[in-house]
Amino acid sequence: MVKFRIEKAPAPLWIKPLIPLIAIIVTFLVTSILVVMANANPLEAYYYFLLSPLSNRVSALETLVKATPLLLTGASVTIAFASGYWNIGAEGQLYAGAIAAAGLGMVLGNFPPILAIPIMLIGGFAAGMLWASIPALLKVKLAVDEVVTTLLLNSVILFIVSFLLNGPWRDPVSGWPQSPQIVDSAQLPRLISRSRLHLGFLVAIIMILIVWFILTRTSLGLKMRAVGHGQEAARFMGVNVGQTMLTAALISGGIAGLAGVTEVAGIHFHLIDAISPGFGYSGIIAATLGALNPLGVGLAAMFIGLIDTGAQTVSRSLGVPVYLGNVVQATLLLVTLGMFLLQNYRIRRD
Amino acid sequence: MNAIEMKSITKRFGPLVANDHIDFDLQKGEIHALLGENGAGKTTLMRILYGLYHADSGQILVDGSPVHITSPKDAIGWGIGMVSQHFTLVSPLTVAENVVLGYNKGYIYRPQEVIQNVTKAANQFGIDVEPSAIIRHLSVGERQRVEILKALYHNAKVLIMDEPTAVLVPQEVDILFQTLERLRKDGLSVIFISHKLYEVMTICDRITVLRDGKKIGTVLKNDTSERELARMMVGRETFGVYRQGEQKAGNPLLRIENITAVDKKGLTALKNVSLNVYEGEVLGIAGVSGNGQSELTQVLSGTLKPASGKIFIGDKEITNASPSEITRAGVGRIPEDRHAGVVGELTVAENLALESIEKFTRRSTLDKRLILKNAEQLISEYQIKARPTDPIRTLSGGNMQKVILARALSPEPRVVIASQPTRGLDVGATEYVRTKLLEQRNRGAAVLLLSEDLEEVMSLSDRIAVIYEGQIVGIVPGTEATEEQLGLMMTGARQEVKQHG
Ligand SMILES: Nc1ncnc2c1ncn2[C@@H]1O[C@H](COP(=O)(O)OP(=O)(O)O)[C@@H](O)[C@H]1O
Ligand SMILES: [Mg+2]
Repeated sequence: MVKFRIEKAPAPLWIKPLIPLIAIIVTFLVTSILVVMANANPLEAYYYFLLSPLSNRVSALETLVKATPLLLTGASVTIAFASGYWNIGAEGQLYAGAIAAAGLGMVLGNFPPILAIPIMLIGGFAAGMLWASIPALLKVKLAVDEVVTTLLLNSVILFIVSFLLNGPWRDPVSGWPQSPQIVDSAQLPRLISRSRLHLGFLVAIIMILIVWFILTRTSLGLKMRAVGHGQEAARFMGVNVGQTMLTAALISGGIAGLAGVTEVAGIHFHLIDAISPGFGYSGIIAATLGALNPLGVGLAAMFIGLIDTGAQTVSRSLGVPVYLGNVVQATLLLVTLGMFLLQNYRIRRD
Repeated sequence: MNAIEMKSITKRFGPLVANDHIDFDLQKGEIHALLGENGAGKTTLMRILYGLYHADSGQILVDGSPVHITSPKDAIGWGIGMVSQHFTLVSPLTVAENVVLGYNKGYIYRPQEVIQNVTKAANQFGIDVEPSAIIRHLSVGERQRVEILKALYHNAKVLIMDEPTAVLVPQEVDILFQTLERLRKDGLSVIFISHKLYEVMTICDRITVLRDGKKIGTVLKNDTSERELARMMVGRETFGVYRQGEQKAGNPLLRIENITAVDKKGLTALKNVSLNVYEGEVLGIAGVSGNGQSELTQVLSGTLKPASGKIFIGDKEITNASPSEITRAGVGRIPEDRHAGVVGELTVAENLALESIEKFTRRSTLDKRLILKNAEQLISEYQIKARPTDPIRTLSGGNMQKVILARALSPEPRVVIASQPTRGLDVGATEYVRTKLLEQRNRGAAVLLLSEDLEEVMSLSDRIAVIYEGQIVGIVPGTEATEEQLGLMMTGARQEVKQHG
């Protein structure tokens, strides 16, 4: 009888860069089943998903608009994960940034944009950091598992937003549960006329580059990667593990906070409680798909932005529910994670 | 008839021969010790018997007939049970649930019935555990009894115990021995893995000694002595590197004063250890693994805080100092586990730079050119077979160790702490490492060498301290030490002799 056994063996180096591509292909094969169940042709669906958003100027720019918060949350998650700090809280930190943006946006009326916008960005960054500091300090000082705390705080901040919008900040003009519109000078300018693409996109690209620079070019980044890949060895070599993780967690929170600013000041101009449809979680997918390489994460975030735009086209053209986009994203995460895990195993014949 | 017979078992892991044509037999109703130093191949041999590993060649007989054991399930079917070094219990479940886990017949789970059955079994075998207790609440000794009960519950006639006393406090060891005695009277055969001589002499009928994957021999307890066992256990092939020349009496560069420390499990691992290491000498610490060497290394490396005591480098106190402060005080450290000394995913160059990263940083930015240049220089100086940009995990053990040596020794530290510096290395790399350590001594550094390899300690050390159960039980000049004497001290025999005589 022929017997097989599974062995642990490190993957050859050339496999790693191929994983995201293979994962995307596998994901589309798997989700085809759902497309067929919705009585649509998978090939046609892929066309609407991946190609039609890029076929005209409006929707191509819209893809970049969608990608903006994902670039930021992706960068946020990347710097945390690369340092071995499992921040699941980019979603909540985004909301913290959004609260700050809405609050500042109400009071900056006397400032010219050249001052108001940097204040908005700095304020959002600080708010994200502040919100991220709670689980980060618990982790570093008391060894409380950050996965649990960051995730729980995501729900907590939604209650805070809900309190603000139904109480002190309820819009006096419309009476709806949304904050008053932010002043003109605090709104992010458009990059291209007749589109929604705003300054936040540039900020996001810059943040991706900054994270790349920190991780690959600075001593802090080297320490972060050492802690992320081998805490014990990093400690042995004199790295202050707690401090490094704390720094990573705070920067991560700050960048996620920026995503809140770009959504409030670039798109909605109000704080609403649905300001993020899960950008924080999609950031985890982008970071994973990009294998924690900031430039790869940037591409992955754009790709997810494309899927989000595409899901609407598919739904409009073929009547497939728009949730297909979420299913594709979730499947993509599972497949990518599975492949990164399985790359270390071989099946051998006995 | 023999309950178990293993014939000419060979098992390789890559180039390493963990078991080299080993014959082993176990009679019915005996307690048979498998004795040997760490890495001798004891666990491997037993994992083969229990179906966790597959032998490359050789045969296993149960009650005289050849059998094929390809999984623990087969082994259990043949009446073989194993209590491994690391327990395999599910901690939120009860004792009874753990005992029946995986073997509960039928699909319906009746908690009361299970508890009744397990209580009955515990009484029958005379094992003192509370079937309804939750595993998480039990002491290590109690968990071990659950493992034993689990094996017996599944009709084990042969019980393998892999270093069962390593995790126990002395009182629990007594209880374990009583339990094993009783079970033996009921006809159970036991394979008892250990490297502690007096334990083996207390509980076992026969003793098989392994060394470096080979069987050295099997002796009857009544025909042997601790002395003979020590010699069988620790004799080693020798290498061509020896310390030469007398050491000049210098100043103590490393002073350890009354250090007491607690290990991860909360047990006292070091008791009042005091040592001086002088300029230009190698002080070797001999001992069987698990007697406090790891904790001593960690305390000196800054990765474990001592409970009390003081440490000085020259006049500078480094008790409780961080690893980077210790490095800056002039200590070169070679860690016990080389994988805990380097970050596998980082490159050779990054691993060489990280410890003194300030030197390679200009205004927070890494000076990549300097990092590469440093790596290239050390790679050629220390004959490392690797490129600066290779992830260090792709290096062989010997080359990885050379990277660690290069990092630790190139700043010419005043004190060198080398822990198991040649473990798992081939002959060439071993000689290289030993030569480098002696170079340090000869240029005037104080070298503290912790090694389980007695031959290594004896050929490199000017003085040899023996550590046993967290205490320094004696210090002998290197020129006077004999293998036998050290072997006895290392295995606690001297204390036993004292008590009895
Ligand atoms: N799964 C494995 N892969 C590679 N090497 C192994 C493995 N298991 C054991 N070894 C090696 O085999 C040798 C014998 O190990 P082991 O049987 O655990 O010794 P002991 O139990 O006597 O301390 C050691 O050098 C060890 O490193
Ligand atoms: Mg073992």
